[in-house]
Amino acid sequence: MSAASHDAHHAHDDHEHGEGGAHGTLKDYVIGFVLAVILTAIPFWLVMADVLPSHQMTAVAVMGLAAIQVIVHMIYFLHMNSRSEGGWTMLALVFTLIIVVITLAGSMWVMHNLDTHMMAPAPHEMREVP
Amino acid sequence: MSPDLVKTIFGRLTWDAIPLHEPILIGTFGVVALGGITVLAALTYFKVWGYLWREWLTSVDHKKIGVMYIILAIIMLLRGFADALMMRAQQAIAFGDAAGYLPPHHYDQVFTAHGVIMIFFVAMPLITGLMNLVVPLQIGARDVAFPFLNNFSFWMTVGGAITVMLSLFVGEFARTGWLAYPPLSGLAYSPDVGVDYYIWSLQIAGVGTTLSGINLIVTIVKMRAPGMSLMKMPVFTWTSLCSNVLIVASFPILTAVLALLSSDRYLGTNFFTNDFGGNPMMYVNLIWIWGHPEVYILVLPAFGVFSEVVSTFSSKRLFGYSSMVYATVVITILSYLVWLHHFFTMGSGASVNSFFGITTMIISIPTGAKIFNWLFTMYRGRIRFEVPMLWTVGFMVTFVIGGMTGVLLAVPPADFVLHNSLFLIAHFHNVIIGGVVFGMFAGIVYWFPKAFGFKLDPFWGKLSFWFWQIGFFFAFMPLYVLGLMGVTRRVSHFEDHSLQIWFVISAFGAVLILFGIISFVMQMVVGFMKREQYADKTGDPWGGRTLEWSTSSPPPAYNFAFTPVIHEIDAWHDMKQRGYQRPTTGFIPIHMPKNTGAGVVLAGISVVVGFAMIWQIWWLAVISFVALVASAIIHTFNFKRDYYIPAEEVVRIEDARTEALRSLA
Repeated sequence: MSAASHDAHHAHDDHEHGEGGAHGTLKDYVIGFVLAVILTAIPFWLVMADVLPSHQMTAVAVMGLAAIQVIVHMIYFLHMNSRSEGGWTMLALVFTLIIVVITLAGSMWVMHNLDTHMMAPAPHEMREVP
Repeated sequence: MSPDLVKTIFGRLTWDAIPLHEPILIGTFGVVALGGITVLAALTYFKVWGYLWREWLTSVDHKKIGVMYIILAIIMLLRGFADALMMRAQQAIAFGDAAGYLPPHHYDQVFTAHGVIMIFFVAMPLITGLMNLVVPLQIGARDVAFPFLNNFSFWMTVGGAITVMLSLFVGEFARTGWLAYPPLSGLAYSPDVGVDYYIWSLQIAGVGTTLSGINLIVTIVKMRAPGMSLMKMPVFTWTSLCSNVLIVASFPILTAVLALLSSDRYLGTNFFTNDFGGNPMMYVNLIWIWGHPEVYILVLPAFGVFSEVVSTFSSKRLFGYSSMVYATVVITILSYLVWLHHFFTMGSGASVNSFFGITTMIISIPTGAKIFNWLFTMYRGRIRFEVPMLWTVGFMVTFVIGGMTGVLLAVPPADFVLHNSLFLIAHFHNVIIGGVVFGMFAGIVYWFPKAFGFKLDPFWGKLSFWFWQIGFFFAFMPLYVLGLMGVTRRVSHFEDHSLQIWFVISAFGAVLILFGIISFVMQMVVGFMKREQYADKTGDPWGGRTLEWSTSSPPPAYNFAFTPVIHEIDAWHDMKQRGYQRPTTGFIPIHMPKNTGAGVVLAGISVVVGFAMIWQIWWLAVISFVALVASAIIHTFNFKRDYYIPAEEVVRIEDARTEALRSLA
């Protein structure tokens, strides 16, 4: 970060700070930390104590908790809200989510469709391919 | 020494890696070495090493970094174009009994290197260089947001280019095509170092590209002059913003997919192998999720250049500014929804293929809107056919043809016929040369006086344009014909003599383009020799409309003594209209970032890491990696990163400008 840019855009920066205020308080950090610990402990407990009836349900639950964990990190540690940096962080987040969803959902759709249509050969058949 | 010891010390590197048995490569090496020694000797003789190091190589000034990016691109263009000439020559003669002069394994390296170099080390440095040079000036900033990072990004790009060039003389390059599809690029079919050179050069350069993308986004979002709201930004800045957003969103996908491929090659995993549950098609899918946005990364800044050039040389405000901005944003988003059109034939069902076919066709709507906007800008304008405008008009003709063949290829049944044929080759050269290359050349000619203080020679500039334009049609129209007849790409020898005439015409076109490149360099040489005559003392040689033309040519290190305040879209035009007076008093010291050699050091060590990994010299890889991390940490303890340009210095520079302007009036 160049100090030069700060000087050059003093008026601009003040403006940004006015609507930003993206610095956490100790209380925020503690809440975030406690939530993060709880959200980490639950999956461990689910796996170690074999609480849920099937492995699949456990896997889904762990992934769901991981998603919540991501949100907790973003709000409490990365100070994500709709106001910081004049809404730019939120916009960046939304864009990132769109790209990630397109990439993941698209890849799964494409690859699954391909798999069904191509009647993928069994591994032992693939081994015979020159 | 025991073989084991030698292997520990040198890894896979042996004397066999030096291509002494290849006369073509030895000849190339001789020429490159001779040229290199001459340049180094000249630099030493004229004692410019110190100047180069202090003022350029370690510079954090966005203008100098931009210029260095463009120099890198022009040097690599010569290499990439030499590959193109070799291919055209081979295909023009290798028919029937004649085998041509390139053996297949060499030909395969040539077309791979051509693609990789042209995209990653010519087109990318051109757009990054131009964005670096122009964007801070257009938004009224003194530098980019992270000046050191900018220097580091540039040197990482150079590091990638050096790695590619090394493969010419030590070992060999990939023989896989420019996207290195597995399973061909996997260990089973490419056990030698070629693909490793490919992976590591792209990974090293990719660090630079991603970081410079972040840098420019932050610059545009945070450092605009007061009053310049988003909808008052110049169109080139808008397209740069969108292009950099695409870089930041898509390059991580390339990094990840190449990391998976290297893990297949180095660690024995099976992500993309035929065996053990691997799926090579996943690689194709992932790399195109990066690859399609990549083409828009390249072409969007070119669209920006055309917008600036058209409105300047038509002496009119750009027609449909907001529709231009929305078209750019729509293209940015749509570019993520079309990647499958690169592999319609892979075997997806009708639903998938038609979805991606339709999204692809939809992209032509905002692009078409842009073409009409440029045409309407020209309509009833006072058009001056200077060299940048020639490139722009040439672009409109050429690019529209390329766009139409693109829509044709977007129809899945047509693609099943044309996939992997020379029709495809003709199509993408049609849009990349007609769009990106013409755009960047227009931009270079347009902004050259801003960067150096004198215009380029218009005679050689026009010659360059006509050679390129006519050469392009001679070189690629025959490929459309051949493609429709079913000739596939990447073939080094043909049996059917009736095809030969088309390849000969195409080779002739390539020679015309060679003259175009020579003329392009000549316009700089002649321009430099006649720099007194072509000097631009006003800072506004073309009657420009955006903020960069309000500074002197070349601009002072700090760009703007006072940050301008913006009221209108074409800020400088608006200032001129309202009788703007340059401030001549009240200057204060200006806080600026300091030059640093850390970027050169970090990138240099990165090349060593890459080289060690390619040749599997593990001890060197470990040591150089530790050195890399250590130097990065040491750099963080460098606290002397800024300085003040004293007020007297600013007064001196600004007074000289005031004097120069007065003598003109």
